[in-house]
Amino acid sequence: MTTAPTYQTGYTAPRQSFLQKLLSKQPFWVMVAVVIIPLIMTVVEPSFRSAFFSGENFVNNTRNFAFIAIMALGQVAVMITGGIDLSVGSILAVSGIVLGLLMDAGYSFWLAAFAALIAGIVIGAINGFLIAYLKLSPFVVTLGMLSIGRSLALAISNNKFFHEFGEDEALLQAIGGGKTFGIANPVIVMVVLALVMGFIFRYTRYGRHLYAIGGNEHASQLTGVPVDLLKLSVYVISGFMTAVAAILMVGWLGSVTNGIGIGYELRVIASTVIGGVNLLGGEGGAFAAVVGAALIEIIRNSLLLAGVDPYWQGTFVGIFIILAVLLERLRGRKVG
Amino acid sequence: MALLEMQNISMRFGAIEALAGVDFALEPGRITGLMGDNGAGKSTLVKIIAGNFPPTEGKMLLGGKEVHFHKPVDARQAGIEVVYQDLAICNNLTASANVFLGREIMKGLWPVRILDNWTMSSRSKELFEELKSETRPDDVVRSMSGGQRQAVAIARTHLSKAKIVLMDEPTAAISVRQVAEVLDLLKRLRDQGMAIVLISHRMPDVFSVSDQIVVLRRGHKVADKPIAGSSPEEVTGLITGAIKAA
Repeated sequence: MTTAPTYQTGYTAPRQSFLQKLLSKQPFWVMVAVVIIPLIMTVVEPSFRSAFFSGENFVNNTRNFAFIAIMALGQVAVMITGGIDLSVGSILAVSGIVLGLLMDAGYSFWLAAFAALIAGIVIGAINGFLIAYLKLSPFVVTLGMLSIGRSLALAISNNKFFHEFGEDEALLQAIGGGKTFGIANPVIVMVVLALVMGFIFRYTRYGRHLYAIGGNEHASQLTGVPVDLLKLSVYVISGFMTAVAAILMVGWLGSVTNGIGIGYELRVIASTVIGGVNLLGGEGGAFAAVVGAALIEIIRNSLLLAGVDPYWQGTFVGIFIILAVLLERLRGRKVG
Repeated sequence: MALLEMQNISMRFGAIEALAGVDFALEPGRITGLMGDNGAGKSTLVKIIAGNFPPTEGKMLLGGKEVHFHKPVDARQAGIEVVYQDLAICNNLTASANVFLGREIMKGLWPVRILDNWTMSSRSKELFEELKSETRPDDVVRSMSGGQRQAVAIARTHLSKAKIVLMDEPTAAISVRQVAEVLDLLKRLRDQGMAIVLISHRMPDVFSVSDQIVVLRRGHKVADKPIAGSSPEEVTGLITGAIKAA
């Protein structure tokens, strides 16, 4: 860290205008990228326009990133407290398999979806308990849970492929794969959850305390913030959000295998980092998760439509992750 | 009458005797400088007062009544606040959010209770004005000077109407100019009737604001006298052991 200048007594930094504040926010710049990349592609490759802006591609695009964005909303809560949840890909598989297994066995969608949500919540609660109360490292605990969850999904599915969902099959597929007012259902769920999480982060005591924990856990403890309980809660939220994504995703795919969600933890964490969430905690918001996920999908889709070999997608996404962190560093220096 | 009276306090951690039969009293409207070398027992004494752990032996009387603190919240509810050396503030939050951390003001009707940032900000502004600090309530603490951070930590104790404030090395990590600002803050708190304990290694700071000086050496109290009757040379001697007691 550079040494802070010694201010005269009473010196205060100049107040920032609304525009300056906006320009210093990473999610704003990511939003700009989300808008500009397709425009540049249109100029470079005229045929891109009709492909990218076609109604079908747009619905696909938004739906594709909605699943990741919903999971990222839970991840942001975890990351604000300074933690990380690597187990989300495996939680997605467990919840998805529980849903498929129960519906295949003839249970109603509602019961199966409830069980899938409970599965996500329980795994999140185990993560949270180990991290908050036994003081184990979030990285290690959720890495372990990544392995356990994947293995559980294999064990309870007995490596079976579920594609018949009993009498509520149509309902499941309508919820995950359908549209309402021309917008894919997962996108609507994502927007609602983003608004709810945004409200919680910004306006509630609970949200304020999450940021406090990320800023200085010890200080929060000293002022009476229930640090352990709140840390437990964010992993439960992450598990819950992932289970919601699992239900929608299975409905959209129309089938589920225990391989669902492999590698998703990286896409989810990449989304939050690109959105400007600080891995050290204390910073980030609901909007960051959504625009981060959107940018990754835009990059992926643009490359695909531009005819770039899909093997290169990972390289581009990786470059954007590093750029995001670089941008944060540059902003950090300017602010002081 | 003393506000806080500690009688014959001993603290043992296994075979180590951190405090041995220390008497300690605090009076309202007075600053007590607590000095001693590292390991002399200053931190242990402060932690007992702040409720981090109960003493192995000895009694604590607050306003004449015996008290037993088992956790920091007990002490805080009794009107004892600690300003820690590392300031225990969240750099990512605003000054106002820090002042009100853990006791946020809410508005709206249940179940939609939301943070009343406006009221918290204007209350913080009043607190900073009382402390004659130009800290701005809506600025993020990260961008503040050491003196302003100190004001944030002190405003927090002020908000709770604390009777006793324990200051752990408040001038250790800030510039010379800001030291003067912080010492002025301490004097203002004293003038409002608070009992203040100033733990510091900086002799000039202790001598410029304290009314009473207490020196600990290896868990024993070796001096407890009005500052006017002492000198930096004497205190240095007491701390190092060159002078046995005064």
